[in-house]
Amino acid sequence: MKTAITSLKACMDSEVDLQFGHCGCFVIYDSTNGSIEFLPNPYRENKEQAGLLAIQLLHGKNVQKIISGDFGQKVKPILDSHKIQMIILSNTNITIRKIIELLQEQSVKTT
Amino acid sequence: MSRIKTPRKLSNPPIIRGFNPYGPLVDLTKTESVILHYEEFEAFKLCDYDHLTHHQASILMHISRPTFTRIYASARSKIAISFAEGRQIEVEGGKIYFESDWYHCNQCQSHFNNPDRMLQLTNCPLCGSEQIENAKQEDKSITDREEISMHLVCAHCGYDVNMQVINRYSKTHCPHCKRLMRGNSVLKNQI
Ligand SMILES: [Zn+2]
Ligand SMILES: [Zn+2]
Repeated sequence: MKTAITSLKACMDSEVDLQFGHCGCFVIYDSTNGSIEFLPNPYRENKEQAGLLAIQLLHGKNVQKIISGDFGQKVKPILDSHKIQMIILSNTNITIRKIIELLQEQSVKTT
Repeated sequence: MSRIKTPRKLSNPPIIRGFNPYGPLVDLTKTESVILHYEEFEAFKLCDYDHLTHHQASILMHISRPTFTRIYASARSKIAISFAEGRQIEVEGGKIYFESDWYHCNQCQSHFNNPDRMLQLTNCPLCGSEQIENAKQEDKSITDREEISMHLVCAHCGYDVNMQVINRYSKTHCPHCKRLMRGNSVLKNQI
């Protein structure tokens, strides 16, 4: 199961980026093998459709969950139609490292 | 760059998979069934069961009015073909999605949706806590529900009221006699 986290920078100690489509980087954690991929967001500077293009990118990588600060009204229906889970953080000072630790604990519990 | 198509929004999946005609002259082996798409089913239901105007129904389905009218006309024509020619109706998906339900975790305070309505959510996807509950519907920023102002007249007691209806307009109760306002419980006009 792959989870994408929107991140400000491409490092483990970066904080979460509150925006989805225009975030700096996607961190993709794969719970099946524990791998972590840092994927700079190619649509960060896009004026239009950044969110929709980002979904295509993540959907193509088989991401099934996305953790971010919020999701726009345009992207929610598309994520719903792909059955991708959206997780909206309330504590946005949390680091990527901490989130991945939480996800790791969960995959230990369920296996 | 091609435009990314927005899928159509449905309130709920239809409860039926299709219909079979019967009668001495019906021969299902000789006729092809009529395929009624979910969106056509929904358009037909919103207009002829819930008695919404095309305008109101198009808002609920998140599509333009002309698109709605086209889908609705197609639904009626397919149902007519089935009736006239004694053909089976199969209800099938099209380019549609179902709005997912949203939850809140009392442990880590995050919000999340349930992407698959066939499965039940028991734990927070982030912290694993079981302390989760349905996110409140009035929390618009989270659930993104559409509100429309409508003028409703109760078919049971005649009570006349302007109210804000949230998506599931068909489950609106009369503020006076508390009975369900649906079907013929007239929906006069949008304000
Ligand atoms: Zn939680
Ligand atoms: Zn009444």
